[in-house]
Amino acid sequence: MNRHAFSTRLWHWLSLPCVVVLFMSGLTISNAHPWLYWGEWGFAPETAWLAVPGFPDWMTIPGYYSLAAARAWHIFAAWLFALLLLFVWIAMLANRHFARDIATTRREWAPRAIAADLRAHAGFDFAHAGGKYNFLQKLSYGLVLGVLLPGMVATGIALGPGMAPSFGWLVELLGGRQSARSLHFILAWALFAFFVVHVAMVMLTGPWRQMRDMITGGEPRDAA
Amino acid sequence: MRRRSFLAAAGASLLAGCNRVAESARGQRLLRGAEDWHRTAQRFLNPPRALAPEFTRADISPVFRGNGSINPANGDYQAHVGENFARWRLTVGGLVQHPLTFTLAELRALPQRTQITRHDCVEGWSAIGEWTGPQLSLLLDAAWLLPAARYIVFRCADELNGALYYESIDLLDARHPQTIVAHALNGRPLPVKNGAPLRMRIERQLGYKHAKYLTGIEAVASLDGIGGGQGGYWEDRGYQWYAGI
Repeated sequence: MNRHAFSTRLWHWLSLPCVVVLFMSGLTISNAHPWLYWGEWGFAPETAWLAVPGFPDWMTIPGYYSLAAARAWHIFAAWLFALLLLFVWIAMLANRHFARDIATTRREWAPRAIAADLRAHAGFDFAHAGGKYNFLQKLSYGLVLGVLLPGMVATGIALGPGMAPSFGWLVELLGGRQSARSLHFILAWALFAFFVVHVAMVMLTGPWRQMRDMITGGEPRDAA
Repeated sequence: MRRRSFLAAAGASLLAGCNRVAESARGQRLLRGAEDWHRTAQRFLNPPRALAPEFTRADISPVFRGNGSINPANGDYQAHVGENFARWRLTVGGLVQHPLTFTLAELRALPQRTQITRHDCVEGWSAIGEWTGPQLSLLLDAAWLLPAARYIVFRCADELNGALYYESIDLLDARHPQTIVAHALNGRPLPVKNGAPLRMRIERQLGYKHAKYLTGIEAVASLDGIGGGQGGYWEDRGYQWYAGI
């Protein structure tokens, strides 16, 4: 197995607190108006497509209800998160981490190969045939890096009225501001689901070795 | 088991840490700094006179929600409602050469701008309405701003939790073409819940910047010493002064 690049590790560990702060302060912001709508406008609970449950204080930042403080945390962490994401994409393309380890090959998309990979996962066999990651791993990392994380930034940008003059096309593309807000919420919970599975997989595949490798990079690179 | 208690402890210390950071002076400065980065970035990406999206009549929401003060009980506001705002006056003062006072009829006689825009509340909801009124820049030009003026403060008639509402913007937003003193919503005089008889429209910022029940426009050099010194009713309670995000 190849070492984790320094840029990957730096991004991973710096992004973690950002994502945690963004998620927990986001729950406070959700509590401020816990209804979601589709389209450009929406303000009446009876027209909402989803009434979101209220999140208790122990799940939120700050640990009490303050929309003002939650917004301060959210828009602070958003900057670091977005810049880090830009950094890791440049690094992944430059050091070929994306092309070599994450991009899937046509062979992996063969139904039989997918079925075999699913079967192996169901049997808790997570071996990687040769490459750094197996197919499902590539797929989930690709989805997180290529869709969920940039999607959080794009839907977040679409929410700011100060961005609307130049980015009105983005709001329209997302189906209107309230649709962007709904998508922001859905993507956040999709990331939460990834987080749970990601941590579970680390626990199942030798947590100490995995943690060590993600911090130090892992054993020296051999001729891969 | 040990792992779970470790996670719980990590979560609790993260929360405690966040609270401690937010309560320290340096932490507050850091968090508030992000607001300035957003303002700088948004203004770099959106030219000073770029317009917020405008919509068609078909896009107008069936109701325009009222929020915050929706029927002020303080002062003589209810008397003004009873007289249909016949004695309402709007003053333009502070750092200007010619302080002015307008009646509603005088404001309606000025050149008007009508715009159908989306209103985004800090809580997360949005509504679309058609607003009509003179541009703020017109009033400021008539009063001749002095060179020392850097901010425009909006004085309001409504009290929230015992404090008079107020707001402020800088000259860039004050001179924006869509910054108007609205007296009409969807072709009719403003309803009380939406700020009758006058409210500001600051289309590139969140709803709390759009001061309602407007009585005065004041040019100032600094926001210190006005209200709590943070530039607005909600700003004094921790919200961002720049509300483009």
